[in-house]
Amino acid sequence: MKWSEFFVTGEPLIYAADVSIVLTAIGIVFVLTYFKKWKWLWNEWLTTVDHKKIGVMYIISAVLMLFRGGVDALLMRAQLTVPNMKFLDSQHYNEIFTTHGTIMIIFMAMPFIIGLMNIVVPLQIGARDVAYPYLNALSFWLFFVGAMLFNIAFVIGGSPDAGWTSYFPLASKEFSPGVGNNYYAVALQISGIGTLMTGINFLVTILKMRAPGMTLMRMPMFTWTILITCVIIIFAFPVFTVALALMTFDRLFDTQFFTMANGGMSMLWANLFWIWGHPEVYIVVLPAFGIFSEVVSTFARKRLFGYKAMVFSIVGIAFLSFLVWVHHFFTMGAGAAVNSFFSITTMAIAIPTGVKIFNWLFTLRKGKIRFTTAMLWSLAFIPNFVIGGVTGVMLAMAAADYQYHNSYFLIAHFHYVLIAGTVFACFAGLHYWYPKMFGHILNERLGKWTFWLFMIGFNICFFPMYFLGLMGMTRRMYTYSAGLGWTPLNVVATVGAALMGIGFIVLCYNIYYSARYGERDMTGDPWDGRTLEWATSSPVAHYNFAIIPEVTDLDAYWVMKKTGKGLEIDEEKLKPIHMPSNSGRPFLISIAFFFAGFGLVFEWYTMAIIATIFIILGLILRSFDDDDGYYISVDEIKRTERLARKGA
Amino acid sequence: MAEVAHHYDEKMPLEYRTEESRLNILGFWIFLGAEVALFATLFATYLVLFQRTGHGPTAMELFKVKEVMIETLLLLTSSFTCGLAIHEMRRNRLKGLLTWLIITLLLGAGFITFEIREFIDYVHEGATIQTSAFLSSFFVLVGTHGAHVSLGIGWMILIIIQLLQRGFTPRTARKVFIVSLYWHFLDVVWIFIFTLVYLTGMVI
Ligand code: HEM
Ligand SMILES: [Cu+2]
Repeated sequence: MKWSEFFVTGEPLIYAADVSIVLTAIGIVFVLTYFKKWKWLWNEWLTTVDHKKIGVMYIISAVLMLFRGGVDALLMRAQLTVPNMKFLDSQHYNEIFTTHGTIMIIFMAMPFIIGLMNIVVPLQIGARDVAYPYLNALSFWLFFVGAMLFNIAFVIGGSPDAGWTSYFPLASKEFSPGVGNNYYAVALQISGIGTLMTGINFLVTILKMRAPGMTLMRMPMFTWTILITCVIIIFAFPVFTVALALMTFDRLFDTQFFTMANGGMSMLWANLFWIWGHPEVYIVVLPAFGIFSEVVSTFARKRLFGYKAMVFSIVGIAFLSFLVWVHHFFTMGAGAAVNSFFSITTMAIAIPTGVKIFNWLFTLRKGKIRFTTAMLWSLAFIPNFVIGGVTGVMLAMAAADYQYHNSYFLIAHFHYVLIAGTVFACFAGLHYWYPKMFGHILNERLGKWTFWLFMIGFNICFFPMYFLGLMGMTRRMYTYSAGLGWTPLNVVATVGAALMGIGFIVLCYNIYYSARYGERDMTGDPWDGRTLEWATSSPVAHYNFAIIPEVTDLDAYWVMKKTGKGLEIDEEKLKPIHMPSNSGRPFLISIAFFFAGFGLVFEWYTMAIIATIFIILGLILRSFDDDDGYYISVDEIKRTERLARKGA
Repeated sequence: MAEVAHHYDEKMPLEYRTEESRLNILGFWIFLGAEVALFATLFATYLVLFQRTGHGPTAMELFKVKEVMIETLLLLTSSFTCGLAIHEMRRNRLKGLLTWLIITLLLGAGFITFEIREFIDYVHEGATIQTSAFLSSFFVLVGTHGAHVSLGIGWMILIIIQLLQRGFTPRTARKVFIVSLYWHFLDVVWIFIFTLVYLTGMVI
């Protein structure tokens, strides 16, 4: 391979990106060196096994990826604003919609959710950490290097360009000869391994580490949704692992899985992809439902309405989510019987979803509602998500889908469910749990600015797309001619996208502003919360709970506050707390994964093999490692607790 | 987290005595659930593609009864000896445990040797992973199983070394137990490969 092919050349935008990447890197190194922060970075973050810090790192990465995916989105909107635009050529446009979709789902939505669940779930169940803290760190770092590998594609070697669904035969070596699609196959594989391990980790954590008295039916709703999400991850991600592996073999070793000749079957890819892909959309939306449930019940000051019905509906949704994948290709000619079956299963998902919508509405009914930022996101979610759901049911009618399929109608549908569902939930959760992460509150006034800008912008951007779709505009087209009458709605959509961008900037400013001037949370319970995470101090002590609380009912902390039992810490009862030791190995193993992946992408097998040897070495060292962790002494716990109480 | 890593429960088998071990064993069962999904996908792929032989040979023309029977015998026996190893562990006999583990490992290595020979034979007959969709899916399905067995062998060697260094501890006992779960699981997968791939392939 020539150097001129190694680095992407020829585009002014790319050169600008090169420069900014180099400058940012130099800047980071400079700041760390100047403030002598390298050691801090290593000890406090790179080697940590603390679920709260890992959660924070997930969220920081997710916000960065939201920025990257958002820039992609704005570039696409700029190109589509007016007909015959010459801003991006077709190849560049293909690359951008591919990276946008992949990054938003895999490297933004999922990590954001996983970050929140890392921080919150152990606190909600009254645990001191997750089941496997070391594995948790490894999960994070694998996700992180997967994301980095995917993100360098556009400057080194070239971006993938066959869509986030990467259908064959387009994604084959024959039609996509560059390294771009190798990046897709390898980077998603690496981060997918991390996700699978997270699924196992949190399933065991929730099943085995709940505080005494917390039966399954006393678990907070967010924890319930995470439990079910983990089950979906465990059964869906292996399918993706296999699909990506077969894609890698087809591209690197000329196997014949999805080829056009020698018996290959390209539709097999579409099936495998969506057998994972549809459950995947529920992996990102079920936790969102959980977040809204917590926020709605806290700020309506009421117990969640229909708790049991909520639980049964998430279980129902999870089950059905594995039985609907064909609705993504009704038009591929599977026949009337098959299409009817999947049409009905798809529509059936609307039933449990509808049950949940009514439960939120009834929770709000007669509640003493406080319109905090987190609550605004949750209230806006309900009508916006319903628009997405209703249009989903329209798409589910197989016969009608021949008209809607792959048009902007579909684009509008899934943005209405993903943004109004997952993204709104991430913002709601961020505002809601921010004091637990950093000890101060995100400024409410700025938060509301973000909310209104983003929410209105979102509707201005995506609502017109339903009509563009009905007018015949298909997805993934990089330009259109003037006579089609699509111009006005496209202009409107771009304006909306710009508003969303401004909303995001206000959010970033808010993070900075609140860090400097934000109100400190001295109580640990700024929202008058109901679940156990609010029983801890803000920010949370390393060991979470000095004494593990006893749970007697749903909304455990609320009950404690009402009865006054269990709030005080009896210093007599303190015992030394066992904690796991930090380890740099997850980070180092993941670096080796990065190089192994990079070697595979460029088919530099020597590099891949050497890096793999390092991975195996890391695993062997882990096997022989018998570090039993350490104990936090009673004295230290007393000191920490007194300090935290003094603030109150 | 291993909050009570050092609280022993003397009535349980050694591998279940610490909280950490109980968590790890449950986690491994769940991991095996994910492995079931992984192999199910590979089987589904194989079943979809197995009659799509292109210009290459069909299953009936290719498969050889003798080698496959030997492989099957070796692996099934190794699962049995692995069970004997756990039996010895439960009776606190380190030497018996080590002996049966090493026998298991050798049988596994024998299985892998025969499998590699089988693959080389096919390649010499012109049936490579690139020849047809059928062969791609065959090599990847059976090869993934073979890779798992090889990994299991390496893992067992590490555990044997730790047993020699440290003897019976709740931790080594748990590791032996988990690797045995893994080994039996691979045996079950092989039974499916044997029936769905080889037996079916030799008649249809
Ligand atoms: C009432 C519930 C829902 C129904 C009935 C439904 C139905 C559908 C149908 C039929 C399609 C395929 C349309 C086509 O390609 O022509 C589709 C696409 C899609 N849906 Fe939904 N959906 C629902 C909820 C959701 C949720 C909750 C999410 C995510 C959070 C989601 C995300 C997506 C995505 C990402 C696509 C398209 C992906 C692509 O082709 O790139 N949907 N939906
Ligand atoms: Cu779907």
